[in-house]
Amino acid sequence: MQSLMPLYVFVPLLGFFLSLFFSRTQERAITSIALTTVGLHFILIIYGVYDWATHGMESQNLKYWLLFEHEGFRFILDFYFDRITAVFALVGAFITLLVIVFSQYYMHRDDGFKRYFNSLLLFYVGYSFAIFAGNFETLFIGWEIFGFTSFLLIGYYRDRYLPVKNAFKVLSLYRLGDVCLILAMWMAHHIFHTNITFTELAQPDWLNTFNVDIYAGPLLFIVMMVLIAAAVKSAQFPFSSWLPRAMEGPTTSSAIFYGALSAHLGVFLLLRTSPLWQAIAGFDIAIILLGFVTALFASMTAKVQSTIKTQIAYGAITQMGLMLIEIGMGWHGLALVHFAGHACLRAYQLLVSPSTLGYMIHNQFFEYEAKPVNAAILSNRLRNSLYMLSIKEWHLDTFQQKCLWLPFKWLGKRFIWLETITSQVVLMLLIVLGIMMDLSMFTLPAHISQHLPLVYATLSLMCILAALASRGSPMRAWWKIIMSQLLIVLAVSLNVHVESAHVWIYLTTTISAAVMGMFCLHNTYHIDKDISLNQYHGYVQERPDLAIIFLICSMALVGFPFTPTFIAIDLMFTQIHAHQYGLVALTGVGFIFLELAALRIYARVYLGPHKKHTHPIAYRSS
Amino acid sequence: MMHTHTFDEQHALHLLRHYLPSQSPLKDFIHHNSLHAFQNLKFYEAIFKASKMFGFQATTPLNDFRQMYANGRIDDQVLNRVIAQRQGEGNVALWREKALVQSYNEHVESRVGRLRALWKSQYQIDMDNAVQPLLFRLLGHYLDQGVAMWQFPQANAGLLQAVRHLEQHSYVSLFKTKRAKELLLSQDLSIAKLLNMVVGNEAYYEQYLFDQQFGHRGWSGMVATVETSPNVMLDRKEISLKDFILVELLLEIDYLDGLLVQWQPIAHDVSTPPTDFFADLPYSELNEVLKIWQDAFEWSYYDHVLAGIQICSGKLKTQSALETNKSFQALFCIDERECSIRRHVEHADQYAETFGTPGFFSAEFFFLPQNGKFYEKLCPAPVTPKYLIKEFNVTASRAHDVFYTPKTHQAITGFLCTFTFGFWAALRLVQNLFRPKMAPAISNAFSVMQSEGQLTVVNAHPDDRENDLQIGFTVDEMAARVLSLLSGIALTKDFAPIVYLIAHGSSSANNPHHGAHDCGACSGRPGAVNARVVATMANHPDVRKVLQNVGIHITESTQFVGGMHDTAADEIEFYDVHFLNAENAQRHEANIITFERACDLNAKERSRRFASINTKAQIGKIRQAIKARSVSLFEPRPELGHGTNTLCIVGRRALTKDLFLDRRAFMNSYDYSTDLEGKLLANIMKPLGPVCGGINLEYYFSRVDNYKLGAGTKLPHNVVGLFGVANSSDGDLRPGLPWQMVEVHDPLRLLIVVEHFPQVVLQAIQSTPEMYEWFINEWVHLSVIHPESHDIYYFRQGAFVAYQTLTKSLPDFTDINLLLEQAKSMRTNHLPEATQENLPVYLNQ
Repeated sequence: MQSLMPLYVFVPLLGFFLSLFFSRTQERAITSIALTTVGLHFILIIYGVYDWATHGMESQNLKYWLLFEHEGFRFILDFYFDRITAVFALVGAFITLLVIVFSQYYMHRDDGFKRYFNSLLLFYVGYSFAIFAGNFETLFIGWEIFGFTSFLLIGYYRDRYLPVKNAFKVLSLYRLGDVCLILAMWMAHHIFHTNITFTELAQPDWLNTFNVDIYAGPLLFIVMMVLIAAAVKSAQFPFSSWLPRAMEGPTTSSAIFYGALSAHLGVFLLLRTSPLWQAIAGFDIAIILLGFVTALFASMTAKVQSTIKTQIAYGAITQMGLMLIEIGMGWHGLALVHFAGHACLRAYQLLVSPSTLGYMIHNQFFEYEAKPVNAAILSNRLRNSLYMLSIKEWHLDTFQQKCLWLPFKWLGKRFIWLETITSQVVLMLLIVLGIMMDLSMFTLPAHISQHLPLVYATLSLMCILAALASRGSPMRAWWKIIMSQLLIVLAVSLNVHVESAHVWIYLTTTISAAVMGMFCLHNTYHIDKDISLNQYHGYVQERPDLAIIFLICSMALVGFPFTPTFIAIDLMFTQIHAHQYGLVALTGVGFIFLELAALRIYARVYLGPHKKHTHPIAYRSS
Repeated sequence: MMHTHTFDEQHALHLLRHYLPSQSPLKDFIHHNSLHAFQNLKFYEAIFKASKMFGFQATTPLNDFRQMYANGRIDDQVLNRVIAQRQGEGNVALWREKALVQSYNEHVESRVGRLRALWKSQYQIDMDNAVQPLLFRLLGHYLDQGVAMWQFPQANAGLLQAVRHLEQHSYVSLFKTKRAKELLLSQDLSIAKLLNMVVGNEAYYEQYLFDQQFGHRGWSGMVATVETSPNVMLDRKEISLKDFILVELLLEIDYLDGLLVQWQPIAHDVSTPPTDFFADLPYSELNEVLKIWQDAFEWSYYDHVLAGIQICSGKLKTQSALETNKSFQALFCIDERECSIRRHVEHADQYAETFGTPGFFSAEFFFLPQNGKFYEKLCPAPVTPKYLIKEFNVTASRAHDVFYTPKTHQAITGFLCTFTFGFWAALRLVQNLFRPKMAPAISNAFSVMQSEGQLTVVNAHPDDRENDLQIGFTVDEMAARVLSLLSGIALTKDFAPIVYLIAHGSSSANNPHHGAHDCGACSGRPGAVNARVVATMANHPDVRKVLQNVGIHITESTQFVGGMHDTAADEIEFYDVHFLNAENAQRHEANIITFERACDLNAKERSRRFASINTKAQIGKIRQAIKARSVSLFEPRPELGHGTNTLCIVGRRALTKDLFLDRRAFMNSYDYSTDLEGKLLANIMKPLGPVCGGINLEYYFSRVDNYKLGAGTKLPHNVVGLFGVANSSDGDLRPGLPWQMVEVHDPLRLLIVVEHFPQVVLQAIQSTPEMYEWFINEWVHLSVIHPESHDIYYFRQGAFVAYQTLTKSLPDFTDINLLLEQAKSMRTNHLPEATQENLPVYLNQ
């Protein structure tokens, strides 16, 4: 069993890489790879589950691969197999397999045939990493990957406005969840002084070896972060409005992501981390309340949905709310069965959603009864109020816009002056000074130098926000992102001295990604001399090559799993001490917006309706 | 028009309704010219003007034309001829250069949307983003036919009244600001009043409304359609475009008032005069080039067809008298999908004779299925029948599917459903993926009527009426319809022992556009009832007596049988065969084998376009695969509908019997010799424009701009309120045809070919101005084959001129199987590649 465990992530990974080598007209080759990969994976899982079940259902753990080690921080690929893994793996492989069989006909001759299967396999890689993960770091790899593939598949119809807009909207909320997970990992690292594995966590007495009372505050912080991450992923209150808006891709991808698997990962995270939050008295009540509020409002909102897919979305949110209640009550077995049934039901309902029109009209034809106008209902103000609130989705979309997005955009606009030559020169000077200090070429008095990390982190955040709010040249925005990266490295490096070898690995990746990205933008700019961030340009139509290179550069620059920057960012966080709340907050917020700023450039320049109306282009509202 | 600077609300609303798309809710899919609003103009003038007004592509892109020229799809000789006609003999070289190599700026800048773009440039606000999501949700919920569980309070009062009522009786306001709320509740609400606040300058009001309503043409079009004919929805809704505009303007005011900045009406300080939407276009060389290419593309195909018909027409002389020893006669719909099955029936039994006639078989009525709550119209859309046919004696009960219950979206019931239906759903999915079969939620063409039930064909008593409709037909009324049917197709003597009337319908799974595959002559529904009703009429002894009096003698031994062909599953069902006499019953058994054989070949012919089926496979396997497609959830192309339709042939079957027209021809049987004065011809040709032309143009526009005039790809479609599809939660409705239906289609106009004398045809088309408009404005092409001289004439600018075909000989085939197996498949669905799948005209040797 243990020897098989690496296969559970490497089989999908291999399948994904293989699928990259075919062109979109080689449909049979692409689908064969996808089917073989997931089919084989399914068989391996069945074998694994059988093996595990016949050997006393003991949880299995494998510390597989030490990716990186630095002063007590060890990044280990660690795999774990228990009852939760078994259920999520079986359901996941089963549904993915069926959806691939479905898609090979459904997607036939679609322009993005290849892109679709690539993204689907990449999603499956992420899913496998997350559910087979034995520690937070490995789980985080998966978490990041499927967040990113969500962005790709929601924005699958990249030549239309709404999919791109909604993909970005969903991504921005996902980032919040991602950073919450990073912060949880950061705090856990500091209080436990080790990389906690889920296997240790599952030991009944493991937590007792620590003095939980002392760590009550930090522990609460950790579980709060985990809860937010889970609530975002499973679209719980108040982060619900993204789920109906994510139904932009082909019906099949909506089925697998938002009906079946992706949305349930919040539930998975809570199950996985239950020993942590169970250690905190009353936290189960909080989870139950969250689930209850969600189920209540979502079931009301589901009642007023007049489109099939959004109705299914709110129906799914309702049931996931109930799963939270079950988890809070400690009925984890029930929650697992609930998940399995629910994932299958929603996947099926979404896949057959186009049938609804014919079937329900046919039914209505034979069973229609005019609804009596009930005067009593009309006088019921409360009922009407609830109705109005449900139509407006309880203002949750506005809430997300107003509270999570606009303040930072507003702030970013205040920092537009960073674009001036003077401020650029000053920033460069500060960076050079920082590097010199880092290399101990000179030192400042301690009472000044101790504030330097905070100063650099603030500047870094300012750069990111300015890039995010920029409506002008994407080259300048890209440049600001690069500056922010340099500044944040300096901030961390001045905080605790980091081995220069690590810094160099990180810097070479960052700088080569930065240069390549700049090259792409520059070449794109020269097509029409206008790529301002004020609108979507849709250059993927003309230069798909530049678009994909720029996307890869963006991901490398912002620390997508398996890039050196990814390790560096994890490392960076561990270097921040537990009491440095200011620094961690700045870095955390910066990290949320870093990826958004980069992908915003990608979206505005390469995605959306093509600006040249020389071929059919969709109306903006469609 | 927009030149006036005073605003006339009624006039503006009228213009909007005229130009908005007029597609009904999807349950009834009636094909029509997507640019019906421009039909008073000549085709090219209309498409370029519409393109300029609304920003869509009017033709195939220039580069695609050039590629099709390079790969031989557009003929060089035809190109030269077209240029000579359009630009003069002397300018051929010059215009060839322009057509083939010169580069042009093809960017289409639309007139609509310019004024509202100022919101973004002046205030950096995105008005559409701010207002549309809530507006669409509100409207979608108001019009909803049964998706939502919670009804819009007072949904029958009119949109504005319902919103007002809700606002008055709720603690929560629809609006964020005060002024919008007060305006809503005020009594003197008018569009002009609100536009004064938002636009501020009367000269720009109309332009603003066009910008606003064409910003979501799908929703606005639906509102206008439901307003004009409320009976298009089962659950009727009171709504008007005016109410909708008022609500939208109120939401705009609400949003603007909520902004932190002070705002001014948008046209408060505009220096440019209002855009004249309707202004004529200046001369454009690019458009001239595109006209040349489109003509050349069309005539490259037409020329082959006309040459083929001319060859067949010439052979007619030498043929002996018609066979009298017919095994059976079969009447099919004129639909171009039946073009192939007729060929295969004739191939399978050379003593069989087939005819083509509009698939309602000349009987117009409403139909009420047993236990139905509504009437279904079964005749062409413009006709309003006075008759009702009711179904009775059905014992089978209707099957249900529990998976569509909205109860799964509630907390408690949903919880219980999850544990029961959830795992069952998994099994169902596995079953449908690997062994698809018919299920209640799949649209089954044969379920339109239960064959075991009976129909009230004969009117029992003149007082037997329901809702002002006469139940059944009297003998005279029946005879009139049978006479009209038979004389139209010139089947007035030499009846075979069995005459089949074969309607058509289409089964498909997971397909909101299923109605678009059914019979256009039956208002987008399967035509089984019509076939069965008319067969019953023709078998009626009293009807035969009446027919005898007008010279149509049908012997007692001849019997009519109704049936229906499922064009997706390739199956035929026959009705009331137990009435056949013993001899005919035996013949029918033999004929069934013929029909089966024809379905085999038809399935094989269709399979060449389906990548998942091997055309060379055993015929049984192909049939199975074709049938499976029609019930597979994962199949976005159960059939290809009217894709590739290009021709309409009105004449004797002999003109086309030896031609392979690749399922591209509507075929109406007609014998000029029985109608020398053309009395019947006018009636036969009248529906060809709206029905065949409408189908053809809807396919044309959905193909050339599938994003704006079509519905886009089906794959992300989200069913809205059971009346339409949108792409996402906040999207506009998508009228038009989805990409999967049109990708095999060549965007060519319809060519109608009539076998008659040119002056008779001219008289016929000039008999009504509505019909003549289709031809004189070039929305369809018209040719005539002279039945005696076999010369071809082409209708140009009001007169018939002689046409010489460039094609001298056609490729021929002897084995249809070989022809089908060797046909090319498209590599991608990009037009220059996709069109190679469409075969040229072959002559059967």
